[in-house]
Amino acid sequence: MSATDYGWLILAFPVVGMLVVSLGWRVLPGRTAGWIASLAIGLSFLASVGALVDLQDHPHDERSLVDSAWTYVATAGVDVDMAILIDPLSVFMCLVVSGVSFLIHVYSVAYMGGDRGYARYFAYLNYFVFSMLLLVLAANFILLIVGWAFVGAASYLLISFWYRRQTAVYAGIKAFVMNVIGDVGLVIAAFLLLDETGTLSYAGVFESAGEAFGRNDGTLVAACLLILVGAFAKSAQLPLHTWLPDAMEGPTPVSALIHAATMVTAGVYLIARTFPLFELAPTAADVSAIIATATLLFAATVALVVTDLKRIIAYSTISQIGYMILGVSVAAYGAGLFHLMTHAFFKALLFMGAGSVIGAMAGIQDVDRMGGFRRAMPFTFVTFTIGALALAAFPLTAGFFSKDEVLAFALNRGGGFVVLALVGYLAAALTGFYAFRMVFRVFWGDPVPEARELEGGHVAHGAPMNPMTGEAEDTDVGFPGPEHTVAERSWPMKAAMGPLALLALVGGIVGVPALTDTLETFLEPTFEDSRYIADHPSEGAEWAGLGAGGLIALCAIAVAYLLYVRRPGTTLRLADRFAAVHRFLVHKWYFDELYDAVFVRPMATAGSFGRRVVETEFVQGFIVGGATGIVRAGTSLARTIQTGFLRGYALMLLLGIAALSLYFLISSA
Amino acid sequence: MDVIWFLVLSAFIFCIGATGVIVRRDPLVVLLCLELMLNAGNLALIAFARMHGNQAGQVFALVVMVIAACEVVIGLGIIVAMYRNRLRIDVDEMSELRG
Repeated sequence: MSATDYGWLILAFPVVGMLVVSLGWRVLPGRTAGWIASLAIGLSFLASVGALVDLQDHPHDERSLVDSAWTYVATAGVDVDMAILIDPLSVFMCLVVSGVSFLIHVYSVAYMGGDRGYARYFAYLNYFVFSMLLLVLAANFILLIVGWAFVGAASYLLISFWYRRQTAVYAGIKAFVMNVIGDVGLVIAAFLLLDETGTLSYAGVFESAGEAFGRNDGTLVAACLLILVGAFAKSAQLPLHTWLPDAMEGPTPVSALIHAATMVTAGVYLIARTFPLFELAPTAADVSAIIATATLLFAATVALVVTDLKRIIAYSTISQIGYMILGVSVAAYGAGLFHLMTHAFFKALLFMGAGSVIGAMAGIQDVDRMGGFRRAMPFTFVTFTIGALALAAFPLTAGFFSKDEVLAFALNRGGGFVVLALVGYLAAALTGFYAFRMVFRVFWGDPVPEARELEGGHVAHGAPMNPMTGEAEDTDVGFPGPEHTVAERSWPMKAAMGPLALLALVGGIVGVPALTDTLETFLEPTFEDSRYIADHPSEGAEWAGLGAGGLIALCAIAVAYLLYVRRPGTTLRLADRFAAVHRFLVHKWYFDELYDAVFVRPMATAGSFGRRVVETEFVQGFIVGGATGIVRAGTSLARTIQTGFLRGYALMLLLGIAALSLYFLISSA
Repeated sequence: MDVIWFLVLSAFIFCIGATGVIVRRDPLVVLLCLELMLNAGNLALIAFARMHGNQAGQVFALVVMVIAACEVVIGLGIIVAMYRNRLRIDVDEMSELRG
């Protein structure tokens, strides 16, 4: 089988899994649906491995294969094929997406075990993974947009999976609307590119972009900025990030899926995929780098004060995606994608650990209520700490190599990029601090009642309630199930977290500067046309960056230890001392309030104006009322003839026929 | 015999029927008069068929008879229903078909 055959298989397995699970939900007993869905993604991962092996057999400069199944759209001037592109970049993405998704599926088999919507959940999950794989395998912009929109729809379905929970439904709507903003940007960008280059396939666009556009051509910059709108909406960058923390309303494995393997990495992938355009439009790339840097700092500051465990991880995702986008924007494609991969490992791990802790807390997510789980949940403690170490870029963990690679490249570009890199180091310090804020607050300190209960061998079961509003809920379909699951008690969860913990520890091995550089070498065929390909930081600079990054991480962890373990309560005093700053951060820099004032309220006002005045007075009163008035007046004459007397009708009929006959007789004579 | 005589007779019967439908209020008589009108039509059809020397008109006359039979069944059914409901047997009383 050729690499492209494997590519079609990668797409086929999740579709089959989705169909089997969604059509057979009534007959599949127990956890069968979960295992079928996991198997589908597992096979998809194996197919990705097959594609990788086959691709490595190709000569170095023939590692970009396009295969078309049929013509998807055929119109005058535009022919779009149902085509997939297999090259190192797409194979890399497929491996990360299907691999991590597989583990998340396995985790979900146990985690969602008590939910009434079990089969529905796995059908959605398979659909989500399929959409993401379609997105990364697409060989033209149309299929990319199809996959892009599918991912948005799948995220909506999964975020509002507990559809009878009001907050979850609102969060789903918010995510969908934000994503549609990005979709629109991407579609318009595709229009602009089609208008100038006459084609929509990647190869065609990139080939003719050099002739169609000059450097920093206005149209091209506009197209790139619109691509960025799409990328930022999916990847939750400023100012389109507000949907992501709210997306925590979904089940915890969904958060892991959205944050680690799929969806938010789509923006990074998109910028890496369209790198020839961004290199022709450096202005757009600079805008992207600046916004990414602003985002990573912003999200890191907010993560310092949020108290919802899942939301802390959510803000750390926004921050880490910022690093990735910074990487691909400064032409450090290998580094950005390296960070994407390591982040997928440790972020999925962190969410799985958080899910286990939330299970032990019987659904409570507030870190203020947690503490002392170290002895009660040894497995979760170890794996979560490994995830936090990788997130904090603790020396020799996966995140250590990838994050510093990104920053080393940014430093190497010189000029204003140095500032961006320094901000990146600052945020890295904050990252180390908030990562261990989670660890210390959840696992250190005095055990809370739930932790003691677990130590006694019993998982806490509180009354089911919405963690955001505290409203009581039942455990019927459309609400979380009655069971609470901790990793210590169910082997599928352990089986998923174990490999991820290992990868979060040693995943950096594929990108140790000057020693392995495996990933960068592997991705090189995709990016060899980059004008910055030789623009590589020296080994010394990279190792110096690694040293600095490691030192920063260690200091940050030490400070967190000091504040949360040695002198608990210090943070409260700090919060009181700098109440204004604290309030500003707790309100997430007032982005939601700003959007509410700028977009939501005027829209709501305009809407109610439209309903009260335009609809009631003008449409109903004038247009509809006027039309019915005219008809009513016109028909009143006709109505008077309808007397109801049969004999009258008969007479009219006769007279009518007589008149007609007379007319024809006279006219024919 | 010339076809005109048949047509005159047919017109004559039709006018009797039509006048009856319009003038009389007894539904039974109205039905009878309708039959007259239909049969006047039949007569004209057969006369023309004979004049042209083909059978099409006669077949049409047969069809009209069938339709007439159906119509009588429905009409008599309505009259029986009126009787059962103790309504007055008078077509002017049934004037609910107003606009």
